[in-house]
Amino acid sequence: MAVAIRAALAVLFVILSGQPALAGKSDDTVNVGFRLQLQSLDSYYSPGREGLLLSFWVWDALVYRDSSTFEMKPLLASSWKHIDDRTLEFVIRPGIKFHDGSTLTVKDVVFTLNFVSKPENKVFNQAAVAWIESATATGPNTVRVRAKQVTPLALAYLMSVPIYPADYYQRVGREGMAAKPIGSGPFTAQPGPDNSVIFTRFDDYFAASPKGKAGVRRMIYRAIPEINTQVAELISGRLDWAYYVPDDQAERLRRLPNLRVAQGESFRVAYLTMDAAGKAAADSPLKYLSVRRAIAHAIDREGLVKNLMLGSQLIHTPCYPKQFGCGQDVTKYSYDPARARSLMAEAGRAGGFSVDIYAFRNRQVAEAIIGNLRAVGITGNLRWAQYPAVVQKRRSNETPMVVDDWGSNSIDDVGAILPVFFNGGPDDYAMDPAVTASLARGGSTTDRAARQAAYAEALKRIADQAYVVPLFTMPITYVFSAGLDMPVPNDEIPEFWRARWK
Amino acid sequence: MTVFIVRRGALALLVLLTVSFLSFGLVKVSGDLAIALAGEQAGTAYVDFLRNQYGLDDPVIVQYLRWLGRLLRGDLGASFYFGTPVTALLAEKLPITMILGVSALSFAVLVSIPLGVMAALRPDSWVDRLVLGVALLGQAMPTFWLCFLLILLFGINLAWLPISGSGTWAHYVMPTIALGYYATPAFTRITRAGMIEALASDYVRTARAKGLRLPVIVLKHGLRNALVPVVSVAAVQFGFMLGGSVVIETIFAMHGVGYLAWQSISQNDYPVVQAIVLTVSSIYVVLTLVADLLNGAIDPRIRIR
Repeated sequence: MAVAIRAALAVLFVILSGQPALAGKSDDTVNVGFRLQLQSLDSYYSPGREGLLLSFWVWDALVYRDSSTFEMKPLLASSWKHIDDRTLEFVIRPGIKFHDGSTLTVKDVVFTLNFVSKPENKVFNQAAVAWIESATATGPNTVRVRAKQVTPLALAYLMSVPIYPADYYQRVGREGMAAKPIGSGPFTAQPGPDNSVIFTRFDDYFAASPKGKAGVRRMIYRAIPEINTQVAELISGRLDWAYYVPDDQAERLRRLPNLRVAQGESFRVAYLTMDAAGKAAADSPLKYLSVRRAIAHAIDREGLVKNLMLGSQLIHTPCYPKQFGCGQDVTKYSYDPARARSLMAEAGRAGGFSVDIYAFRNRQVAEAIIGNLRAVGITGNLRWAQYPAVVQKRRSNETPMVVDDWGSNSIDDVGAILPVFFNGGPDDYAMDPAVTASLARGGSTTDRAARQAAYAEALKRIADQAYVVPLFTMPITYVFSAGLDMPVPNDEIPEFWRARWK
Repeated sequence: MTVFIVRRGALALLVLLTVSFLSFGLVKVSGDLAIALAGEQAGTAYVDFLRNQYGLDDPVIVQYLRWLGRLLRGDLGASFYFGTPVTALLAEKLPITMILGVSALSFAVLVSIPLGVMAALRPDSWVDRLVLGVALLGQAMPTFWLCFLLILLFGINLAWLPISGSGTWAHYVMPTIALGYYATPAFTRITRAGMIEALASDYVRTARAKGLRLPVIVLKHGLRNALVPVVSVAAVQFGFMLGGSVVIETIFAMHGVGYLAWQSISQNDYPVVQAIVLTVSSIYVVLTLVADLLNGAIDPRIRIR
């Protein structure tokens, strides 16, 4: 027996000695958990939100958007001005260093913008670069960026276009940058053990940056796909930060003294699209205004917000209320099943009908909507699929209804959402020339008042015609170590350079 | 015997071909790779551009034959997302999955054989019932549930073991138990049945009559014979474990082939999905083939059937 106990203790000792040391406040390190592995450390070839975040941590762009006020501030460019409707001129700050000690110049800016804007280079985040026609140096410190057409969102796009060191990138290429990324941002990055990425404070980061020098020495990015495992790591203290934590888990974590739970808004909004144009079926009942209005009245949106989407806001237009141009002063549809039934009868559809409803994000919400519709005689057949499959169906004119959402690429302007779904293209199921024309007016001028008026007109028409049922905003739940001082993002962009241990 | 080997080999190749075609088709059905590659915010023009660039606008059968042609030249292609050759990705990830598979198989064998022997020594006793109960639990309990129980106990409450990752050997303890426990019932039942049969045989009765001690009878005469089917089942179970590692690696964030499969399926990265399916099914098919050939060598009647 004694031998067995000694053997068990020996095994236990070996197990304990095999554990990695816990990092955290003691060594000024923040361990952060994400679902997906960073697929490349070349941010232009690292897809998804993780790749976008990587670009903010390791590189700087010409401009920076203040995460609290959403005000655009100079970053690598010390100033800018509009030369004409399609041309912006930037003055590049002198003396900014890349991580390898070289100095950032106009040449780097021109190279990067011209490289990423070429489709054949296949960079991700095309929306941010596809508008660029060319970039040219106009002086030792000035660069002109010419747009293919008037692009009121040019600055908003440029904030997520990191500037690369031209010589280094041309020398080492995509593989070289992925192996040893060189930027000018607040952190350097290097691949770590076990597919982690180690971000280290860049001590020569320029003092005038509105981002500020990193407050922690190191940040370690860990890919943990299973949210329950992330939660276990947070509870055990091996992880200091995670996001997209489900509400039920967040409620439990709130009770733990070593963790802080907070919700932050994002620009993502959810809405139900309807085939008003009859793309999926020429005889679609959704072509009738009364039916679409009936659907808008049939859905208990407040109930969804209260019971399934805690912390979200009800919306009346298909955009995020804080986005520029996203007015809410439009026709509103209250939850009124009796009115919905009467509208159905008015459309000659008192007996109801059957319709396919596609969804990809939140099954509970889709099922609740189907339940609401059933109460007014509409049978919704849930078609649950992955996002690319739903988009493929949508673009092939096969989706009568979609429980859809859109994140606007974290851009605080309706120009990043409305033209995508009402442009007369394959994603547009309203195909209303009046809406398309209003949006085209809003997108073809940099005059803010004119844009605001054009978007208001479009939103009013969209609501009157009930082309979509706007549902709710989609806030994100963040969990932090209680000892970590870091602002809660309002735009889905965690700024780890602002993190500090208390 | 040669005819038997050729027949089994051809069948194995056919299985591999069918599996690769089915997985190719399933990935295609699950969504448009060009849309996934272009990202949520990309416009249709760029999606069309990518579709053309990667040949995704060709008929599925053409794409499949192109992939098969490259495979025959030893080229598994490159990942659309990682941008690196699939062979390099597999070479990086496969060791983690193989270590996990081997350790889980070892765990299952080491736990289930003593349990099976204990149960066989006292059939229908409370020990037997307990062992069968444990085996039944292993079959009934979902793997992910066991993973979280282990995490709760060893990762959070006792804080003895790391919860996620694969950096040190301590990271393998919980995944090994979770994956190995799944195979334990099969081994336990086979060992128990084999041992009961062996212990009731004439040669064991003779051994008892000779006055040999129980451990000698059990280990030397009984277990040796009872283990033959366990070896065959172990080969098949190892294949299952490689497949089952998708769940385990995802939960424990071990960056092996299983995790890579999950990530690639999520993003429709079909060159990687295809390569993984082909690799895992090849291992499975080869192990099954070896087991078939061994059985054929041991029992000539199988060769005739």
